[in-house]
Amino acid sequence: MTSVTTVQEKVPTVSVRGASKRFAGVTALSDVSIDLWPGEVHALVGENGAGKSTLIKLITGVYQLDEGEVRYRGEVAHFRSPRESQLAGIQTIYQEVNLAPQLSVARNVFLGREPHRFGSIDLRRMNRESEEILKRYGIVADVKRPLGALGLGVQQMVAVARAVSADAGVVIMDEPTSSLEPREVDKLLEVVGLLKANGVAIVYVSHKLDEIFRACDTVTVLRDGKLVSTGPVAGLNRLQLISRMLGRDASDLETSRTQFGGGGEIADEKPVLQATRMQRKFVIDDISLVVRPGEVVGLAGLLGSGRSETAKALFGALPLDSGTVALNGEAYTRNTPASRIRSGVAMLPEDRKAEGVIPGMSIKDNICLASLDQLSKGGFVSRKKQGEIVDVFIKRLRIKASSPDQKVRELSGGNQQKVLLARLLCLHPKVMLLDEPTRGIDVGAKAEVQALIAELAEKGLGVVLISSEIEEVVEGSDTVLVLRDGAALGSLFGDEISEDAIMNMIAGAAAEAAEAAEAADSTEAPAS
Amino acid sequence: MTAATNAEAPSRRALPRIDADWVRDKGVYIALAVLVLYNVFFTAHFNEFSNAQLLMKQVAAVLIVSLGMLLVIGTGGIDLSVGATMAIAGSVLGLAVSPASAVSGGMGLNLTVAVILAILSGLVVGLFNGVIVGVVGVQPIVATLSLLVGGRGLALVLTSGGLVQLFVPGLDKLASGKVAGFPYVILIGLALVAIVAVLVRRTTFGYRLVAIGGNRKASVLAGLPVRRTVITVYALSGVLAAIAGIIATARLHSADPSYLGIGFELNAITAVVVGGSALSGGKVKVLGTLTGALLMQLLSSTLNSHNVPASATSMAQAAVIVAAVYIQRSSRSSE
Repeated sequence: MTSVTTVQEKVPTVSVRGASKRFAGVTALSDVSIDLWPGEVHALVGENGAGKSTLIKLITGVYQLDEGEVRYRGEVAHFRSPRESQLAGIQTIYQEVNLAPQLSVARNVFLGREPHRFGSIDLRRMNRESEEILKRYGIVADVKRPLGALGLGVQQMVAVARAVSADAGVVIMDEPTSSLEPREVDKLLEVVGLLKANGVAIVYVSHKLDEIFRACDTVTVLRDGKLVSTGPVAGLNRLQLISRMLGRDASDLETSRTQFGGGGEIADEKPVLQATRMQRKFVIDDISLVVRPGEVVGLAGLLGSGRSETAKALFGALPLDSGTVALNGEAYTRNTPASRIRSGVAMLPEDRKAEGVIPGMSIKDNICLASLDQLSKGGFVSRKKQGEIVDVFIKRLRIKASSPDQKVRELSGGNQQKVLLARLLCLHPKVMLLDEPTRGIDVGAKAEVQALIAELAEKGLGVVLISSEIEEVVEGSDTVLVLRDGAALGSLFGDEISEDAIMNMIAGAAAEAAEAAEAADSTEAPAS
Repeated sequence: MTAATNAEAPSRRALPRIDADWVRDKGVYIALAVLVLYNVFFTAHFNEFSNAQLLMKQVAAVLIVSLGMLLVIGTGGIDLSVGATMAIAGSVLGLAVSPASAVSGGMGLNLTVAVILAILSGLVVGLFNGVIVGVVGVQPIVATLSLLVGGRGLALVLTSGGLVQLFVPGLDKLASGKVAGFPYVILIGLALVAIVAVLVRRTTFGYRLVAIGGNRKASVLAGLPVRRTVITVYALSGVLAAIAGIIATARLHSADPSYLGIGFELNAITAVVVGGSALSGGKVKVLGTLTGALLMQLLSSTLNSHNVPASATSMAQAAVIVAAVYIQRSSRSSE
C-alpha cells in the first residue's frame, strides 16, 4: 500500500477526550479518549455492550456526553443531533443500509441535499452527478433504478458514495461487510482505500480480524465501556489482538482451569442433541455439533463468529439452507422453536430485553409463559398450579421481588435472567441452550447462575454454553467448539481446554485467511 | 428511617399514592365519574332510568366492536375492517330473512339461521384478515384497510346496492325487548364484556395474546403459537363486529350497507385507547374499554343535551383522545 504523507496534519479530525456516558445509572462508556486522524483507517473493536456504538453515537450527536469533550477539526463540538454532525461532515454508514430502498439510486445519493432548480429538484443534474460519483468509485449501477432492486453489496457501496460525496471529513462504518460476499468486501475495501487517499478519517467497526489487519492503520479495543488499548495495527500480532478483545492480556493468561461444568463420565453416552452440517448463507458455514447428556458444550469465538446463530439454529429459530438437527437420534422435520420446546430443548436468548422477557407482564406470567399448556386444562390456566410452580422457582433461584405479581420490567438484570431460567426449567428440558447466561448481571447472581448450570449438567442435562467471557467458557465447558466467521475451527476436550488454546486456534485460522487474501491480492495486482 | 417506612407502609396500602401511574390506570374511571356527576346535577332528565337505558342501548354496538378491537390491539395489531364487517353482516342478515318475493336474492330463512349466517360472515372476514396478517405477514393496518374499502362494496353488492327494509318481529324484539327492565342489547353487551374478560385473564389464549403484544420476538422464542393466536384474534374481532352489525340492523329495522358501521373502526379504537390499553399492544384492559366506550358516548350525549353544536362535540372527543394518549406517553417515558 502507498503511504499518504501529504495529508498528515498536526490536528486530528476528531479528538475524543475523557468521554463518559451513563444510562439510568449504568455506565456505558467511561473515560475513553481516541483520536481520528485524516487519511487513517481506525478499527474499533469489542464485544456487544463494550461501548462501541455509544462512542459512535457520542461523536455523531445522537447522545450527549456526561463528561469529557469531542473536538472536531480542532474545535470543541457540541452536536445536538446526527443531522448537525452530518452537516459538519461526519457521515455514518450502518450495518443495515439505512437509505430509502424505494427511491432511485440517485435520489439516495443526494437524499437530504438534493440540487434544486426553479424551486423543484433538478433531476437531470442529480442523475448525472450521482452517476459520476459512483463511477469514481468503480460502482456500476443504473442511478434511476430503485436502490432496493440492487444487491446488498452495491447498496452498501451507494451508501459509501453518498457519504463521500457529502464532503465528509469523517466516515464511520459500522460492520459494513457483515452481509457482503467476499468479492464485494474487496470492492468495499478498495473504496476505503480511496477515501483514505482523499484524507478522510475512517472509523471501521468490525469483528473480522483479517479485514482489520488488511485495511486498518490503528485499532482501538473497548471492553465494558472502558478503553483497553489503542495503537497501530502494525505493532500487534493476531493473538495479542484476540486476547484484548476477549478480555485477558496475553501476558497474564492462566492455564489453570477451575471447573463449574459437568465433568463426569460422558464420552460413552449417546448424544442427546446432534447437529449435522448446518448451513445458512452469510451466517453459518457447515457446523456440526454433538451434545451428550451431562455435557456442557461451550461455543467460543469472537463476536460475529456465529455463536448465537448456531444456538438459534439448534433451537429452530434460524432457518437453515441445509443440514439437520436431531434429538435422541431423531431428526427434526420442522424447524420452529415451538417444536423444540415440545420435545425438550429450551433456549435462553442472548438479548434478554428484546428476545426474552415480556416486560409488561408479571414475574409469574413470564415464568409460566412457555409451559402454559402443562399448567392449564381445557384452555383455562390453573392459578393454583401456576402459583405452586412459580413459588418453587422463586425460592430455588432466589429471585428477589416484592411479589410474584411484580412486573418483570421493574427487576434488576440478574433477577430478570433468573426469571427466564425459571421459564426454561419449567419445561423440564433435556437440553438447554444458554446464550450469554451471565451477561449484565451482578457478581452474586453470576455465581448462582454458574452453579445452576453445573447442577443441571450433573443431573444429566445437555447444555450448550455461549459466553463472550472466554474464562466462563473455559471454566464451564467439558467440550469447546471454536468458531470463526460462522465456521467451526475445531473442538477442544477436557484438559485441552484453555484460553490459550482457544485464542491460538482463532489466531491461526485468521492468519491463514489473511495469507490467502494477500495471495489473492498479489495475483490480481498485475491485472489491474 | 425504618420507623418511617414502617409507618408508611400500611397507610399506602389503604390509600394508593396518586401519581402518573395511578392517573394512567384510573383516569378513564375518574373521567366517567366526573362526567356522570356533572350530568346528575346539571342535565335535565338525566336521573331517569330511561335515560340510562337509552345511553346503554346507543353504546352497545360500539362496545361490542371495541371488545374485538381490544383483542387485536392487544397483540400489537389493528382492525380497520370492523365497520365494513358490520355492513356485511347486516346485508347477510337482511338477505337471509327476507323472502325472495320481497328482495331479489332473499332466502326467507328462519331468524336464528339468518343470525348464524351473519355471524359466520363476520368469522370469514376475520379469518381472512388473520391469515393475511398472521401467515402472509402483511402489516395489520394495510391488510384490514383493504377490507375497510372492499368489504362495504361487497355488502352493497349483496343487497344490489340498496337498503333492505326488514319487518321481522324477532329483530324488533332484539332491538327493544327487555328482561327485568334491562334491554336485551345491554345484556348481550355486558355478557360479551364478561366473556372477553375471562378470555383475557384466565385462558392460555389470553395470556398468549398479551405476551405477543408485549414482545413478539420473545413469544416466538418461548414457543408460543403466534400465528394461530393472531388468526384467532382477528377472527374474534370479525365475529364481534358481526354481532354488533346484527344489533345495529335490528335497531334500524333495515340492512343499510351504505351507512351501517361507518366510522365504527375509529370509535372502537378510541374506546380502547381512552380505556388505557396500549396501542402498541401488550396491555389489555377490558373494563377500561367498557368505560372508554361509555365515556365517549356520554360525552357526546351530554354536549348534545346542552345544545353544543356537533362540530364542537367532535372537537371535545378529540381532546379526550389526545389527553388519553398523552397520559400513556408520559408514563412510558418514565419507565
